[in-house]
Amino acid sequence: MARLIRMDRTGHTELATWDAADPASVEAAVEAFRKELDRGYFGMVTTGPGHAEQVTELPVDADTVILRLPISGG
Amino acid sequence: MAAEASPLPERASVSWRRTVDERALRSYGRAWTASTLAHVIPFVVTAVALVVIEPWLAPMSALALVQAWVIPELYANRGAKVMRPRKQSNDEGPERTALGLLGDLLGHEQRDLYARTGAVVEPGRLGTWVVGEQGALLVTKRRVHTFCVRVSDPDLPGPDRVSHLVLALRTDELGFATVANRAFSGARWRVRRRLPPRTRPALDHAIGHEGERRS
Repeated sequence: MARLIRMDRTGHTELATWDAADPASVEAAVEAFRKELDRGYFGMVTTGPGHAEQVTELPVDADTVILRLPISGG
Repeated sequence: MAAEASPLPERASVSWRRTVDERALRSYGRAWTASTLAHVIPFVVTAVALVVIEPWLAPMSALALVQAWVIPELYANRGAKVMRPRKQSNDEGPERTALGLLGDLLGHEQRDLYARTGAVVEPGRLGTWVVGEQGALLVTKRRVHTFCVRVSDPDLPGPDRVSHLVLALRTDELGFATVANRAFSGARWRVRRRLPPRTRPALDHAIGHEGERRS
């Protein structure tokens, strides 16, 4: 099962899990993903050791999608 | 790290800044060196002149030399502050949960080093990065650049804060360096001695890695 994870004050929260072969679970994950983007989170997927990519649509074939907050100079 | 597939979205918030690439870093480093010399040389000249004019002014001369030493140290201290961890929450649950996620993002060696030092060493195109909770160091051929950069939520567990920075760095290294505020650029030894003792091995590791990368 693929996972949608949000980094938050609890450490992280699993918002959705989905199976690409199960349209209902994909739909629920897409909805959860969009909701978090609307809240200001960015979707991230790891694309290999030392590489990550920002995604604006839920990549259904990914194993894990992580939601992070914006960063800024301190 | 390859060319960025997706630019860091935070770049839009600092659109007026020139992208920090190798050339910009070299130029910034030279400016820091010039600025340091501009602070140090007048005090050294004053110290020498005082004893030449009147040998009994040696104590004043010594004070001038102390000034020449202290000013770069203060700048280095400011730079090293970016690696100071924030106070850990009393609730260990979120810290442990966040640590698990960060561990999933790291390789074995990185994970071990993080457990010992609280910092992630991440190779990049500009050099070798040492990422902490509130900033990052970039080790290049001869110097270290320090960057103040953090995630906006102050209540996130420490490992989550590091994860945010690691993911952003891996997405767009030049964007990461552009969004971050630069705090210091100078000699590695000067920054090292101002780092928390626990973090120093991470800088040593990054220096070793950078040496291997360039050899």
